[in-house]
Amino acid sequence: MTSPRPRWPRASLVSAVLLLIGGAACGQTAQTLQTRSLAATCANCHGTDGKAVQGAAMVPLAGLSKDYIVEQMQAFREGRRPATVMHQIAKGYSVEQVEVLAAYFAGRK
Amino acid sequence: MKRRELVQGLLAGGALAAVGGCATSSGVPSSAKVVVIGGGYGGATAAKYVRLLSDNSLDVVLIEPNRRFVSCPISNLVVGGVRQMSDITSPYDGLRSQHGVTIVHDMVSAIDVQKKSVRLAGGSEIRYDRLVLSPGIDLMFDGVQGLKQAQADGRILQAWKAGPETLALFRQLEAMRDGGVYAITVPEAPYRCPPGPYERASVVAGYLKKNKPKSKVLILDANPDVTSKGSLFKKAWAELYGGMVEYRGQHKAVAVDAKTLTVKFEVQEDVKADVLNVLPPMRAGALAVQTGLANANARWCHVNYQTFESTAARDIHVLGDSIQVAPLMPKSGHMANNHAKVAAAAIVAQLKGLEVNAKPMLTNTCYSFVSAAEVIHVASVHEYVAAEKTFKTVAGSGGVSAARSEQEASYALAWARNIWADMLA
Repeated sequence: MTSPRPRWPRASLVSAVLLLIGGAACGQTAQTLQTRSLAATCANCHGTDGKAVQGAAMVPLAGLSKDYIVEQMQAFREGRRPATVMHQIAKGYSVEQVEVLAAYFAGRK
Repeated sequence: MKRRELVQGLLAGGALAAVGGCATSSGVPSSAKVVVIGGGYGGATAAKYVRLLSDNSLDVVLIEPNRRFVSCPISNLVVGGVRQMSDITSPYDGLRSQHGVTIVHDMVSAIDVQKKSVRLAGGSEIRYDRLVLSPGIDLMFDGVQGLKQAQADGRILQAWKAGPETLALFRQLEAMRDGGVYAITVPEAPYRCPPGPYERASVVAGYLKKNKPKSKVLILDANPDVTSKGSLFKKAWAELYGGMVEYRGQHKAVAVDAKTLTVKFEVQEDVKADVLNVLPPMRAGALAVQTGLANANARWCHVNYQTFESTAARDIHVLGDSIQVAPLMPKSGHMANNHAKVAAAAIVAQLKGLEVNAKPMLTNTCYSFVSAAEVIHVASVHEYVAAEKTFKTVAGSGGVSAARSEQEASYALAWARNIWADMLA
């Protein structure tokens, strides 16, 4: 996968994901705090930690698979998945950020 | 650091003991790591997210005079008679029961920047390590001659801060004769909720078309043209309401005559209405101004966008409509919610000795009803650009609706339910 706007070094991306997989027991680091902060930019529409209000039109992101989220964001970005607003929002996040977000929401149950 | 906190805690305890239990109101703590003033989209979100992001390790006190939260977004549907006040009203209980936020229902009378404490109208004082100030807007009634009295008398309403006036404005429309004129004046930008006045005009037109079809809606705008989603609004007015909605730019209201419901303009001729809805110029909430934080044209508060810390006072973070905005950043509830998350993460990082996020992000989605059934939106994604110390929209992102739709109406209502839960539940 190539990134049009690389932002974070691959190493920090990997460590972010590893920390997430490692779970809460690792304690708070600057990286986990930033990941949670980034994920919070989705929460206004998709619910805190991706847990949307029941019966609301937006998809709850919590517990979706990482690959699915990454693929859907890519589809929004490329216009393959029709949308009212998500094609505009998806273009605001880099491929790396989407990877981090997808791993985070996949880990919320 | 730890030791200083301990000493401060002991001092606070000592002070409390010294007054011999004569604290003015029980349940008001004498200090908190984080004190949040204002329980709106910015403040309530900040209170919750400081708790969440600190894994509940930082104590948070939220000070808000109202017992329940009443939302500005969606309130135009109450003005248009298609929703009730109960639909836009939510309790604060979740912040306490789910997140351990201490809620104090009181007004703040003053902030002591040097002592790092806030004084409540009820007499108590609360010291803070970090203060989050999210006071919303102050309506500058003095900016329109005669408006202050007319508003106090309930004759000319603003209904821009959602609450009793929201319903009162609908009652005025209900009482209006068929063939009457509803006129709304729009102040010069920046003001709270750029598309809001046009949404209100649209929803009111929907009500009048159905109930009083000979009536007219006049939009009298101080700005040269519609400030947000202009072509989508104009298309809706033309296609849904025929000649019922009339838009006039370059109409800056300067005075009102409450007796005749006439509004006077800087240049153009007077306009007389049957229901007159005047939105005065706006500035940062009174407490921010009074504390000396409104250092942008004496109206808005400059902040360091990476943390939302005031540039006028240390350890005070200002959020939401009160701030001097970065380019293309609207004064919206959604934006305030996102400011709050950046500020909360920065506060947690700073108090925990962690590095502050070098590249915070913000999103914004503003939905507007153009009728009771159809909605349009504007969306944007913003990233902090360290080199320029500001937020900029990410190139290629954002935009407006392709067309108004019922599908987006369902998203607008779902957005409201989710963001209310994100800030309060």
